[in-house]
Amino acid sequence: MAARVLVGVKRVIDYAVKIRVKPDNTGVVTDGVKHSMNPFCEIAVEEAVRLKEKKLVKEVVAVSCGPQQVQETIRTALAMGADRGIHVEVSGKDYDTLGPLQVSKILAALAKKEEASLVILGKQGTFASEVTIDGDKIKVIREIDGGLETIKINMPAVVTADLRLNTPRYATLPNIMKAKKKKIASVKPGELGVDLTSRLEVLRVEEPAQRQAGVKVETVEDLVGKLKEAGRI
Amino acid sequence: MAGALLRSALRLKPRLRPAGAERRRYSQRSEGLERAVAAFRSVSGDEGVSLGEAVREQHGRDESVHRCRPPDVVVFPRCVEEVSALAKICHEHQLPIIPFGTGTGLEGGVGALKGGVCFSLRNMDQVLDLHQEDFDVTVEPGVTRKALNSYLRDTGLWFPVDPGADASLCGMASTSASGTNAVRYGTMRENVLNLEVVLADGTIIHTAGRGRRPRKTSAGYNLTNLFVGSEGTLGILTKATLRLYGIPESMVSAVCSFPSVQAAVDSTVQVLQAGVPIARIEFLDDVMIGACNSFNSLSYPVTPTLFLEFHGSSKSLEEQVSITEEITRDNGGSDFAWAEDEETRAKLWKARHDAWYASLALRPGCKAYSTDVCVPLSRLPQIIVETKEDLIRNNLTGPIAGHVGDGNFHCIMVLDPNDPDEVQRVHEFTERLARRALAMDGTCTGEHGVGLGKRALLREELGPMAMEVMQGLKATLDPKNLMNPGKVL
Repeated sequence: MAARVLVGVKRVIDYAVKIRVKPDNTGVVTDGVKHSMNPFCEIAVEEAVRLKEKKLVKEVVAVSCGPQQVQETIRTALAMGADRGIHVEVSGKDYDTLGPLQVSKILAALAKKEEASLVILGKQGTFASEVTIDGDKIKVIREIDGGLETIKINMPAVVTADLRLNTPRYATLPNIMKAKKKKIASVKPGELGVDLTSRLEVLRVEEPAQRQAGVKVETVEDLVGKLKEAGRI
Repeated sequence: MAGALLRSALRLKPRLRPAGAERRRYSQRSEGLERAVAAFRSVSGDEGVSLGEAVREQHGRDESVHRCRPPDVVVFPRCVEEVSALAKICHEHQLPIIPFGTGTGLEGGVGALKGGVCFSLRNMDQVLDLHQEDFDVTVEPGVTRKALNSYLRDTGLWFPVDPGADASLCGMASTSASGTNAVRYGTMRENVLNLEVVLADGTIIHTAGRGRRPRKTSAGYNLTNLFVGSEGTLGILTKATLRLYGIPESMVSAVCSFPSVQAAVDSTVQVLQAGVPIARIEFLDDVMIGACNSFNSLSYPVTPTLFLEFHGSSKSLEEQVSITEEITRDNGGSDFAWAEDEETRAKLWKARHDAWYASLALRPGCKAYSTDVCVPLSRLPQIIVETKEDLIRNNLTGPIAGHVGDGNFHCIMVLDPNDPDEVQRVHEFTERLARRALAMDGTCTGEHGVGLGKRALLREELGPMAMEVMQGLKATLDPKNLMNPGKVL
């Protein structure tokens, strides 16, 4: 049971906030907007903490990439039960252009450095709905189109968390206080040998088209007329 | 038509009106209203004012059995300055003002009896000024309790008043709402520290002074609690400062069956006397348990049952559960089951959560109406026993669910709206029930409010002197009677 788990936690705009595009269309408004941990990352942290409570893993390490503020997100993971945190310092222009490619390189480098047996992430990819550890293998049940698929994989492994994996716990006040004493180490991407240059350039950000109001018509002839007008028939 | 019978039976006799004074019918446009609407548009823009029939009907009903009474126009202010400006226009043109939060009320509080202007506050939806170390937060009326608790989830704090529906917090303040965990955390009366209110003439006041949020105060008259429970008849609530609590470290849920109502209530009283800080203690009678068993394919013994919830640290929970289990056993309780993990807890409480639907399922095709009386704890066994006898004698379906720790219970009356005889019997039953509660030093409404249907009962409950004082306050704050006319008083 030497397993160490790395969990990625991302600081994003809170899911309850209405997203607005900046007037210059270069991105979305983030100043003064409420941010919190990505809900899928919450599920990933919860799963990692449950594995530790079942004594299947020894240590849970929460990782986040970004400017100083991501430390709040790491603290939330610590309050949920992670043991320590790693803050990969990325700020300014580098942070604006930070994409999945760079983050995966960072996490790979960290997983190696920390000798993590398991990396759990919020989903985009194959989705685990149940995770158990059996000796030195991991048994994962994942949801696929046709139903459920059970697979056994060797460690080290990467697992992404689906919505139905668990219900994350709330951070309680006593745990938030304890989390203040847990360590968060800072590290720069360069120290991990990762190059942050982006191969993508954002040209323009726009809101999705507004829904148009419907039009009521009195007769079938009117309906056909309107459809013809709109070039639909 | 059938619905009309139900509605008319439950509505009280209208006050006599001068002959010829017609109640305003919706979509009737008078010149004054046209001028007012134009003025509204200049304050809130075209998007902030709606005359559409669907929008008006949506804002003329809530979750009660009272029929839809749509306003003449709905406005959507975005800030307190707009609310004030719009109110001034209403005041000038003598238009009734009806504040609207989420429309989840149960007593017809949002019906525009005399037409007028519905102030839908849903666009004012910001959580302002959270002070974590002080355990307080200020919210606008468009913030619902679930939205607030979601906002607070990283802070270790929550707002525990839980009336069931995802109601607007200012709406909850306006009806002095309560919920299943009032026995530990109190009702809105204990948890509102300050209110920003717009009066009928547009004046903006802060009931405890602008921005003030001490945990306690003895400064002046308690204006904050005057507005809590005023159901929109004294002013429009545009901000509420609320008291927050720490999210419990752990929770344990438990269920226990009893041979009689008396045994269940005795256990409740003794648990409270033992100083157990119980968080929720809910009573379901045998009819309700039977309904829940059928609805959820459960097999609880069909007998009075208590559903309990404990909050605290793991150590404290062990102690709380052990004391409670002993008390229930001493009172003849059996089948005491408890759980700590979330999934099992949810299963245990599912019966209680689905009570409303389980009741409806007893008689498919029927509607349900919830009564809401509250009596001192010691009178609870007597009132429940007498109420059950009344139900049986009159052949009515009324499974009972109650917040037994507060002496508050609900009969979920399941009735066929197309049967005028049953409608009438239900109406008479609810009046008898309310008077039974009043005779036992209780109240005709523990948490739902007076709204439209209980105004006569309020007079009986308070007596003429207190009523006069209330009417005097109303006349002082709203001399033109524009604020939600026809409700409460």
